[in-house]
Amino acid sequence: MLIVIGAAAALAIVVPQTNSFVVLLVTRALVFAILAMSLDILLGFTGLPSLGQAAYLGVGAYLTAILATEYQIGLGGSFWLVVVLGMLMGAATAAFFGLFAIRATGVYFLMITLALGQCVWGLAYRWNSLTGGDNGINIPRRPDFGFQLGSRDVTYFYVVFAFFVASLLVMHVLIRSPFGRSLEGIRERELRMRILGYNTWLHKYLAFVVAGGFGGLAGVLWAHANGHVSPEDVVLTTSVDALLMVVLGGSGTLVGGAIGAGIVILLREYLSTLIPWWQYVLGGVYVLTILYLPGGLMGIPAQLRRRSAPSGRPEEAKKLASAPH
Amino acid sequence: MDFWLIQIFNGVSYGALLFLVASGLSLIFGVMRIVNLSHGSYFLLGGYVALSVIWTTGSWALAIPVAALVIAVVGLLVERVFLRPLGATPLRQVLLTVGFAFLFQQAALDIWGGDNLDIAPPEALTRSVTAGGLYFPLYRVFMIALAAAIGVSLWLIMERTRLGAAVRATVDDAQMAAGVGIDTSRISMLVFALGAFLAAVGGVIGGAFLGIYPGLDFEILPIAFAVVIIGGMGSLTGAAIGSVVVGLADNFGKALFPEISYFTLYAPMVLILAVKPTGLFGRG
Amino acid sequence: MTSTLGRIAGLMLLAAWVATGVSPGPAAAEELRIGFLAPMTGPFAQIGRDMSNGFEMYVDEVKGDFAGARVTFILEDGQGKPPVNVLKAEKLIRQDKVHMFIGGLLASTGYALAPVSTREKVVYIPSIPAADDLTQRDLGKYPYVVRTGWTSSQPNHPFGQWACEQGYKRIAAIAADYAFGYEVVGGFQKAFEDCGGKVVQKIWPPINTKDFGPYLPTIKRDVDAIFTLMVGPMSLQFPKQLAAAGIKKPVLGGGTSYDEFVLPSMGDEVLGHVSALQYSAALDTPKNAAFVKKYREKYGKVPSYYSESNYTTAQMIHEVMKRTQGKWPGAQEFVKLLSAVKVDAVRGPVALDEMRNPVQNVYIKKVERKKMHGFGQDELWNTVIKTYPNVGQFWTYGKEAFLKQPVYSRDYPPCRYCE
Repeated sequence: MLIVIGAAAALAIVVPQTNSFVVLLVTRALVFAILAMSLDILLGFTGLPSLGQAAYLGVGAYLTAILATEYQIGLGGSFWLVVVLGMLMGAATAAFFGLFAIRATGVYFLMITLALGQCVWGLAYRWNSLTGGDNGINIPRRPDFGFQLGSRDVTYFYVVFAFFVASLLVMHVLIRSPFGRSLEGIRERELRMRILGYNTWLHKYLAFVVAGGFGGLAGVLWAHANGHVSPEDVVLTTSVDALLMVVLGGSGTLVGGAIGAGIVILLREYLSTLIPWWQYVLGGVYVLTILYLPGGLMGIPAQLRRRSAPSGRPEEAKKLASAPH
Repeated sequence: MDFWLIQIFNGVSYGALLFLVASGLSLIFGVMRIVNLSHGSYFLLGGYVALSVIWTTGSWALAIPVAALVIAVVGLLVERVFLRPLGATPLRQVLLTVGFAFLFQQAALDIWGGDNLDIAPPEALTRSVTAGGLYFPLYRVFMIALAAAIGVSLWLIMERTRLGAAVRATVDDAQMAAGVGIDTSRISMLVFALGAFLAAVGGVIGGAFLGIYPGLDFEILPIAFAVVIIGGMGSLTGAAIGSVVVGLADNFGKALFPEISYFTLYAPMVLILAVKPTGLFGRG
Repeated sequence: MTSTLGRIAGLMLLAAWVATGVSPGPAAAEELRIGFLAPMTGPFAQIGRDMSNGFEMYVDEVKGDFAGARVTFILEDGQGKPPVNVLKAEKLIRQDKVHMFIGGLLASTGYALAPVSTREKVVYIPSIPAADDLTQRDLGKYPYVVRTGWTSSQPNHPFGQWACEQGYKRIAAIAADYAFGYEVVGGFQKAFEDCGGKVVQKIWPPINTKDFGPYLPTIKRDVDAIFTLMVGPMSLQFPKQLAAAGIKKPVLGGGTSYDEFVLPSMGDEVLGHVSALQYSAALDTPKNAAFVKKYREKYGKVPSYYSESNYTTAQMIHEVMKRTQGKWPGAQEFVKLLSAVKVDAVRGPVALDEMRNPVQNVYIKKVERKKMHGFGQDELWNTVIKTYPNVGQFWTYGKEAFLKQPVYSRDYPPCRYCE
């Protein structure tokens, strides 16, 4: 826990000193970290692999863009209102989608969330009058927060950073609560939970809605980070990337998602400017992580420990075995 | 009336192409419970390899089996070397296939470049037959015929051979099948290779129709999934019916409701999954 | 005594050597950092290559020296996706500190990149994105944008008039469903109908359509001609499927439908198809012949308008640097100077109007199979059959009247004669 706080503090202090492109990249990584962590609640803690988280990002982002351009809402003090609305929209969308999705588990859940994500993409792409179609929507400027901490970019970085820390804390509390514990129970053995009298459907549904809410938050922040929203933001690859971020960092660890987000964004957006064959690296990272890092990066210490103490630490072995289904 | 006839014909021919792609995907899912997100890559690579064959030998007819076999081997290798060791962890297998999709995409770009290429079928197939004053492009007729032929062969194999029975048993209940002595890992390997084989054939055939270019792999993938989901995972009949349904829905959706044409495709998918998560004819 | 003399002599020699060898030479050449955004991966990768090749060919011709400024060319892959282009532009500006960024391909990218130029106060030259409003109704929003390419409707106004003069009365339009498609069809429709023609149908297949099966049967059978606008992979597939469906009407196309980026891959199905654009590789002028021969020798294919547009952009930037003796004059001054440039480009004479968009020749071109520019084999070329000189973005309508009407969209001009 201390390491996490230390790392976060270091990030907050060091990054604004670097050049403005790095600040932009880190801001984007933090937004995606929120999305990845929301997915971790579903995947790592409830055992539901969703291939459609980008849908909630899209909903939040488009809401922000439409409010800013059509109704001039969200560019001043009303920004905070838009954040709340974005989270509500994300949660509402998840509430609606959840009615279809929560009946399924495992691979079927994967498929249905994929389909739902594609529905959102299809609407963003074709509903020209609302979303601008593939032209997307340009947001004129970042909101006026009422305070300045260095340049506009650095100010926004701090805003996003604050949301990231807040999200991490809220999710952490949620996971540690009895509700969170029940989710883990469902991940381990749903049948048993049901026998014990838990309404597993409701638990899963609520987790899904919460994840959607945070996805919406990520969407609002994403819209302003880019200044531009387009159907490309909700394409299948985005949801797949989110899944990779969680698995790479280590599912069921919450912070793992943030680490994974940083790495994937770095690969996609920075490495691609350095070498033309960056897709080999990205694909390679996917393959190697899956093959050799079942617990993700956060699981490395445990893996090493297990390697050096072969006499058996049953809890570690069980934890690794029950990690990503 | 003409309008409807042509649209139905077009929808069915598009469905024929989708059947080639989706049948493999469906079988792979049924036997191995893997969502193969690199299936689109096999489709695209099939087209590229076929082009290379055509450039070196000038024969389109030769290109089809050669490309299909080459890609089948690639699929085989991926399954044996990478997927097998993962055991029965579907999520990790899914992510692994995604990783390969990226690797394949980059490799294709490096080997064949970024041009929009085109597979030119033999002259004979570029003509059209006229029936009742309507034009039916011969190539589309060919697509329907080929897909039907392959579909029937697959069905015969599944229903009438021991191998087919073994596959069906594995789809129904892999543990029981292993218990009865069926080598399920060998079945998995063969089915994965078969899936890649079929996708590659789809790529060669589709190449004359859709073109071959970077990005096609990820464009064809969601549509193939729509077919598999609607038709039912693991079922050949489902794949056939699903392909026709999606082909027609896509066609008519675009012609009649262009505004929401993608929605008309994915919304039924969601509804069917909500009611029957395994798809119309799905098993397991 | 001699040793002291020797030492003094040695010191003097040393001083002399230092004075000649280490004395500052001519001032180091100033660096002109140019960022370039083009799709190098994805469905438009071929076009991206044409774009960067065109620009680089010019830079190579002058050995990277723009009137004393040393050109540093930084290419980034936009993948044809607006958000990626925006990110790469930010990288070029913040990390590479470019003086200007050029390119982008699709109209949607143009619309996404223009605000970046305003936000970061860096010059953006859309050499390809033809979105009308960038230099029309939205010009005020983008003070750092200078366009060296064209507007989508620009060549289609004279084309509409030409079609009317050919005697076509009823035309069905089928075009890619996005801004570029709307503006191309819009320009054509306005001029065509103002001259007395009627556009009786408008069909809009989505931009990545490969199977035109659903659309072809809906094309009305009793029209005089079909007007189409296709981009990227669509350009290759549409004429083939049109021919296979037995539709034999004369076909008129937007400039990108038969551009040289795709023409070599096409077959006899496009013979006789007519289109309009500010460039054709078959333009029979000595300047173009030399350009085509040189490009083909260097890159192995005939240049497309994507190549020419960026080649000419480089030429125009060079002209500005000549005026400033190789010194970067700052973004605002550069915009002013670039807007005043007149060049005798490969495509013909090019000057910019008061809204920073080119005024240039528009060529009506027809696909023919023949030998051209001294090449030995019979190939498909866009033979120029008519030239309209000095075509601006407003055609004959006048700037005020034109800007009063809304931007061309799916519903504008309205389909008054649609059945």
